[in-house]
Amino acid sequence: MTSLAGASTLRAVVAEVNTPRRILRAILPALSLALVVAGIAWFNPRAISYFGINLMLNLGIPVVLATIAQMFVITVNELDLSIGNFVSFVGCVAAIWLRENPVLGVVILIGCIGLYALMGAVIYLRNVPSIVVTLGMLFVWQGLAVLVLPRPGGKAPAWLHDIMNLRTPYVPFPIVAAVVIAAVVHFGIMQSSYGAILRGSGGNPNAIGRAGWSLLRTKVVMFLLAGIFGVLSGLSLIGLTTSADANIGKGYTLLSIAGVILGGGEFVGGRVSPIGAVIGALTLTLAGTLLNFMRISPDWQVGAEGAILIIVLAARALINRAGPGVLSHK
Amino acid sequence: MNSLLRRLLSQPWVWSYLGALLVWLAAIVFTHGYGAGGMISAGLALAVFSVITGVAQMFVITLGPGNVDLSLPANIGLASAVAMKVMGGSDSLIALGLGAALVSGIGIGVGNYLLIWLLRIPPIIATLSASFIIQSIGISYGRGLQIKPPPGFAEFTTVQLAGVPLLAIGTVVLTLGFAVLLHRTIYGRSVLAIGQNPRAAWLAGIAVERTRCFTYLLSGALGGICGALLAGYFRGSSLDIGDEYLLASIALVVIGGTSVSGGKANVTGLWGAGLFLVLLLTMLNTFGVSAGIRYVVTGLVIIGVIVAAGGEKAR
Repeated sequence: MTSLAGASTLRAVVAEVNTPRRILRAILPALSLALVVAGIAWFNPRAISYFGINLMLNLGIPVVLATIAQMFVITVNELDLSIGNFVSFVGCVAAIWLRENPVLGVVILIGCIGLYALMGAVIYLRNVPSIVVTLGMLFVWQGLAVLVLPRPGGKAPAWLHDIMNLRTPYVPFPIVAAVVIAAVVHFGIMQSSYGAILRGSGGNPNAIGRAGWSLLRTKVVMFLLAGIFGVLSGLSLIGLTTSADANIGKGYTLLSIAGVILGGGEFVGGRVSPIGAVIGALTLTLAGTLLNFMRISPDWQVGAEGAILIIVLAARALINRAGPGVLSHK
Repeated sequence: MNSLLRRLLSQPWVWSYLGALLVWLAAIVFTHGYGAGGMISAGLALAVFSVITGVAQMFVITLGPGNVDLSLPANIGLASAVAMKVMGGSDSLIALGLGAALVSGIGIGVGNYLLIWLLRIPPIIATLSASFIIQSIGISYGRGLQIKPPPGFAEFTTVQLAGVPLLAIGTVVLTLGFAVLLHRTIYGRSVLAIGQNPRAAWLAGIAVERTRCFTYLLSGALGGICGALLAGYFRGSSLDIGDEYLLASIALVVIGGTSVSGGKANVTGLWGAGLFLVLLLTMLNTFGVSAGIRYVVTGLVIIGVIVAAGGEKAR
C-alpha cells in the first residue's frame, strides 16, 4: 500500500518537474516565429501590413501543406524523401491537364493519392525502410514530371488562381489559410479518438497492435493523408506561380522535414504537433525575407535555414538536459 | 560444385552482378555487339564515384537505424570547389588541392558528429541541417565561377590502362582496403556490433561514441575526395556536381546487399550495384528512351529491389 502511494507521489513529482519543460518546449516554435517577425518589423516596419504579409507569406501556403504531409509520415516513424518531387509532379499535372481536361487531371491526382496509400501498405507489409522506397518514388515522380512537362510552361486553371489570390477582409489570406489548416489537422489528429490511435501507432506500435487496431490501416491512412496534403500543396503552388516546371517543388522535401522538426515534432515516437509544424513552415518561409531586409546576401539563405534549425534543436537539447537525459545506447 | 553454386547464390551481392551482366547483355544485343567493351570501361569510370560515396554511406548506414549522411552532396560540391581553387590550374599544386579537399571533407565530418553528439539529435537531422549550411558556404566560396582542373589532374582522372580506367583500378584497391577495415579490424567490427545492438555493444566495452565519430569523419573524408575527383573528371567544379550522389550512394548500399537497418555490410556488392545502375542507364540510353523514362525505370528498380529483398522482422 505504502509503496503504491509512494509510486504515485513519485509520478506526481515527475509530472510537476516535467511541466515547465513541456511548456518551454511547446512555445519554442512560436518564439522563433515571433523573433523572425520582430526582426522583419525592426528592419522594415512597412512590411507588417496587409499587403506586405500577403506578399511575404503567400508562398508559405504550399510549404505549410507539404510540411503537414511530411508530418503525417513522420508520425508513423517514416520519412518521405519524395514529397518535393511529388509536389512538382502535381504542379505539372495541374498546369497541363486540370485546365484543359479536368476529368483526366482529377483522375490522375486521385491515382497519385492511391499510390501514396499503396506505398504505405508496401512499407508496412514488406517491412522495408521508407527512406529507400520514397527515394525510389522520388525518381519516379521526377521522371513522370519530366514526361508530362519537358520544359517549363503550362497554365494554372483560373479557379485555382482565384482561390490562391483571395482577398480576405482584415486578415491576409495566407494567415487565414494557415490557421484553418492548423485547426483542421489539430482537431483531426490531436483531438479525435482515431487520431490518438494513429499517433499511438507511431509511439508504441506493439501496444496499438495488441489492442486490436490494424497497424496496416494506420500506416495506409497516414500515407493517404500525406498524399492528399501533397496534392493540395502542389495545387496551391501552381495557383500562385500560374505556370509549372518539373522541378518547381524540389526544395520542399528538406523544407518540410525542417518545418516538422522546427515545430517541435520528434523524429520517432509519434510525437508531433500540427500547430507547431505550421508555425515551423512559416518561420522558414519568413527567414528568407528577414535576411533580405538585413541585406545579407541570398547566398546565405539556405544556410540561415540550417542555422535556425540548429539553434532551435540546441535550445531544445538545453531544455531537455535540465532533466534526466538518457543517451540512446546507455 | 552444386553446393558451391548454392552458396554463391545465397550471397546478397551476387544479384547485383547478375543484374549488371543482364543489362549489359541487353544493351549489346540491341547494338549487335557494337561498343560492348566501351560500355564497360565507361561504366567502370562512372561507377567509381558512386562506389566511393557508396562506401561512405555504407559505413554510416551500418551504424544502425537513423544513421545516414545527408550532407554528402553538399560536401562533394564544396570539396570540388575547394580542390579546384587550391590547385588553381597548376600541376604542381595537385597534391595540395587533394589535401585541401580531404581537409574540407573531414571538417564536415567533424561538424556532423559534433551536432549529433552535442544536440543528441538523430544523425539524419544533424546531417540535413549541416548540409544547408555547407551549401551556403559553397555558394559564397565558389561564387559561381568554374575553375578548370590542372591538365595533369584531368588526365589522371580519365587515363585508361588497356581499356580499364586507372581510377577504377585505384578504387578497386581502395574498396579492398575498406573491406579489410570493415571485417578485420576492431573499428570495423565495432561498427557492425553497434549496428546490431548499440546497447549490447556498449555493455561489451566497445567505444561507441569514438566509433561513431570516426565513421562520420570517414564519410566526410570520402565525400571530399570524391568531390575533387569529380571536378577533375568533369573538367571543372560546380556546387551541384554531387547532387545525384545522395540517391546513388543509398541505392548502392541497398542494391549491394547491405542491411538498411544496420549491422550487416557488404563491400563487394557496392561495385556490382554501381555497375548495375550505370549500365542500366547505358542500356536505356542505347534504347533511345527519354530522360523521363530513365528516371521512372531507375526508381522502379530501386523499389523493386528493396521490396523483393524485404526487410528484417522488427527487433
